[in-house]
Amino acid sequence: MELLINTALLTLLAAVTIGIARQRNLFGAIILAGIYSFLMASLLILLDAVDVAMTEASVGAGVSTVFLLAALHLTRSLEQKSMKTPVVPLFVALCVGAALVWGTVGLSPFGTPDAPIHQHVAPTYLTNVVKDSGVPNVVTAILADYRGFDTLGETVVIFTGGIGVMLLLRGSGRKRREEREGAEGKAGAKSENEA
Amino acid sequence: MKDAILRFAEHYNYVVTIFLMVAGLYIVIARGNMIKKLIGLSIFQTSVYLLYVSPAKIIGGTAPILDPAYKIYANPLPHVLILTAIVVGVAVLALGLALVVRIHEAYGTIEEDEIFARETDE
Amino acid sequence: MRLDVVLRIGTKLVLPFMLLFALYVQFHGEYGPGGGFQAGVIAAGMVILYALVFGVARAKLIAPQRLVEFMVPLGVLIYAGTGVVTMLLGQNFLDYDVLDHTARHGRERGIFWVEIGVLVTVASTMIAIFYAFVERGR
Repeated sequence: MELLINTALLTLLAAVTIGIARQRNLFGAIILAGIYSFLMASLLILLDAVDVAMTEASVGAGVSTVFLLAALHLTRSLEQKSMKTPVVPLFVALCVGAALVWGTVGLSPFGTPDAPIHQHVAPTYLTNVVKDSGVPNVVTAILADYRGFDTLGETVVIFTGGIGVMLLLRGSGRKRREEREGAEGKAGAKSENEA
Repeated sequence: MKDAILRFAEHYNYVVTIFLMVAGLYIVIARGNMIKKLIGLSIFQTSVYLLYVSPAKIIGGTAPILDPAYKIYANPLPHVLILTAIVVGVAVLALGLALVVRIHEAYGTIEEDEIFARETDE
Repeated sequence: MRLDVVLRIGTKLVLPFMLLFALYVQFHGEYGPGGGFQAGVIAAGMVILYALVFGVARAKLIAPQRLVEFMVPLGVLIYAGTGVVTMLLGQNFLDYDVLDHTARHGRERGIFWVEIGVLVTVASTMIAIFYAFVERGR
């Protein structure tokens, strides 16, 4: 039953992606991207990744859609231009896809408990976490305790992203810019008249 | 032949992951509108999340929150890495969108072809 | 009667529960799914929803822009500050064992403070980016 829902969600994801690629109206593409994030969150719950699913649902389907819509409103662009069929990008993408398929042939089948990924570090974390910190959520314990440096780096990355956006976009708003350009234009015309 | 179909069914997660990766890459290279490119980039990033989290699942196990009633847990390590990746992805998206807004103010358009034409004209 | 009555009343009903849910996810992140990132984004979502339905001016009354921009580096400071405190108490950077009388309670306390730092940075960064996008357009 689980595998059936897994297959159905994966197929829906692929269908929504084809929809995003073909959709020319940008507003529709952004809404489809929100649907895509929601499907991805459901799939992640099915894969027993509950923390990741909560983050993907709130970040991907929530905040990401808001930022995309805000940028769409600021750039006032409605439809994409029509394009010729791009043969070279399709060929490049298919070559990359073929190489990746050849690479994943050697992976273990889905869901086996004796894959190499489960052998070395993960059992150590699972057995030691209650003794070391008493926190039942192993993901939070690894994130904040065993791999705390990575989370510090990640917090600095979010901080840098916020500072970058503030540097780029805080400054005059549109009305003040237009007033300033209007004033400069008038001042330029006046000095030309006087000269 | 039956063997190949069985292999395909067992690796269906990875097949769809690769399809999503290729589709995201195609949208980034082939479409000229910058917001569409950023959406394609975010699809590419999400497919990488799927690539990492799929091998972590164990059939018959549960989420990695310790409880006396369960014995087998999914592997928590890829979850941690992907949690970081998701939040970094949204920071990258926000910065990219801020750049698109500034490009629109400078050139009046966000279509790649028109910007190139304007650049070669000058 | 305005056409958006349902939106306004519905939002007013939902907003306090969103904030409560964000705090729940933050503090129960050790016992169930959750943690700093999810809680930060849900808290930012509350302010963004209020701004979308009632206008940015009303939202800036509950989340003033200068306060939000002050909180962005404050979270990183709390996180790194926990590490510096452990260094001042004699151990390595971000070694939580010394924060309490036993190593186990020390680690729990360290995880608690670190997650608070993450919550503050993530929530304020999302709200600050939203304000930056909105201010550019007016």
